[in-house]
Amino acid sequence: MREIYADNAATTKLSPVVLEKMMPYLTDVFGNPSSLYGIGQTAKKAVEDARANIAKNIGAKNPNEVYFTSGGSESDNWALKGVCRRLKKQGKNHIITSKFEHHAILHTCKALEKEGFEVTYLDVYENGIVKPEDVENAIKDETAMVSIMYANNEIGTIQPIEEIGKICKENKVLFHTDAVQAAGYCKINVAEQNIDLLSMTAHKIHGPKGCGLLYIRKGILIDNLIEGGAQERNKRAGTENIAGIVGLDAALQIAVDTMDERNKKLKKLRDKLIDGLLTIPKSRLNGDREKRLPNNLNMCFEGIEGESLLLRLEFKGISASSGSACTSGSLDPSHVLLAIGLPHEIAHGSTRMTFDESTTEEDIDYILSVVPEIVKTLRDMSPLWEKIVKSED
Amino acid sequence: MGFTYSEKVMDHFANPRNVGEIENADGIGEVGNSKCGDIMKIYLKIDDNTITDVKFKTFGCGAAIATSSMATELIKGKSIDNALNLTNKAVMEALDGLPPVKVHCSVLAEEAIKSALSDYYKKQGVDPEPIVGKIEDSDKH
Repeated sequence: MREIYADNAATTKLSPVVLEKMMPYLTDVFGNPSSLYGIGQTAKKAVEDARANIAKNIGAKNPNEVYFTSGGSESDNWALKGVCRRLKKQGKNHIITSKFEHHAILHTCKALEKEGFEVTYLDVYENGIVKPEDVENAIKDETAMVSIMYANNEIGTIQPIEEIGKICKENKVLFHTDAVQAAGYCKINVAEQNIDLLSMTAHKIHGPKGCGLLYIRKGILIDNLIEGGAQERNKRAGTENIAGIVGLDAALQIAVDTMDERNKKLKKLRDKLIDGLLTIPKSRLNGDREKRLPNNLNMCFEGIEGESLLLRLEFKGISASSGSACTSGSLDPSHVLLAIGLPHEIAHGSTRMTFDESTTEEDIDYILSVVPEIVKTLRDMSPLWEKIVKSED
Repeated sequence: MGFTYSEKVMDHFANPRNVGEIENADGIGEVGNSKCGDIMKIYLKIDDNTITDVKFKTFGCGAAIATSSMATELIKGKSIDNALNLTNKAVMEALDGLPPVKVHCSVLAEEAIKSALSDYYKKQGVDPEPIVGKIEDSDKH
């Protein structure tokens, strides 16, 4: 049976090229970069080389603006808690974000609300895109930070980052973006895009798990989240994940080098799949069709539930994901799908497929050959579908 | 998914028993609602206090479909009394357990059968409440 991994927004396969670059630091060069002898200093050089190259690849002026972390969630937590808590002392206790951010942002905002912050959650409308004018209208004297993701993790919609960055700059408000999903698919240039802080992680771009970064523009004051040793210029303690950092750099370099061609190929495959699946009655694509990641498909099939669809896709060798409540253990379906205005019963029937460069046209044809049958089987046993059909008559 | 289903759950999900409808059913019960992501509908054919046929239709997750399938198997050919005594725990045990977040699916299966039996008694002109107990309205679940 054909095996198709269609969950690259969850995580990706480590690239063999990246692994090869990491290997020395998992074996012979095991030294601690804080040590003064040979293998310590070799490790230190690897970290600093990676920092410099990553800075270049994200348009940072100075390598010292790149801080390595354990991944996207830590970076998001640090950006918000570290900067906003400090600004609160100057009377800035307001944060602007969107309703469909990753939980690493939303739950951090909830935690900050308990500390006395006021948070504005901007609408993302039916197409899943924040309106820059909404950001501008929400900014007030007390606003400490705007945090809007670059691309959404469930529906893949790409946000107008550059426009939001410009508005923030004009209003002298800090702008953070969670670029975990966008990295490798969208151009990142923190200087041109007026990004003050940016979160990224390695494992979404064929790098290793457990390593990410937070870009912090020079001059921004940020409290530490992890206290301890003097690593990362006293800002983030803990012995460096050397292999992870080398892997993050290698993965980002490959992603940047191959972006244009890969995006073109992925977009073609994605569009073929979207067009094919939309021929299923009562199906819909979630999120803007054009302003979305080239590898992301998120669809709803009315009358069926997401987890059932996923399990049956798995029987056919397809690994996909869902915004279904049942996968999270709560009764509420995906907050992203609710944020774009889907009613609960439709949001329960969503599926997300996210591809990578290994995806072939044959894979897409195979998916197109099995999904309609699965949807039909589940609809045939669904009392909800029965009601939907009856209400049509 | 942060859990795994037992082989029996997967079997009943992949090959659900007794899917469908019964024309002129003697009792029909529907519980759950689409907002929560689970709806179960059970059809009963009853002759001489015996459940001679049972069918179901379910909108829901893997556990919802598997518990519906198992519950129908457990009452098919049994007496009404047997069906009334079917607990969600028995359904779960028959499936070799359910992940904690899915226990509510087995509760729904138990309620669906009670709801269908309640409908049966109503159709017979008998007040079901003293026999079956109070059945929650499916919209309010």
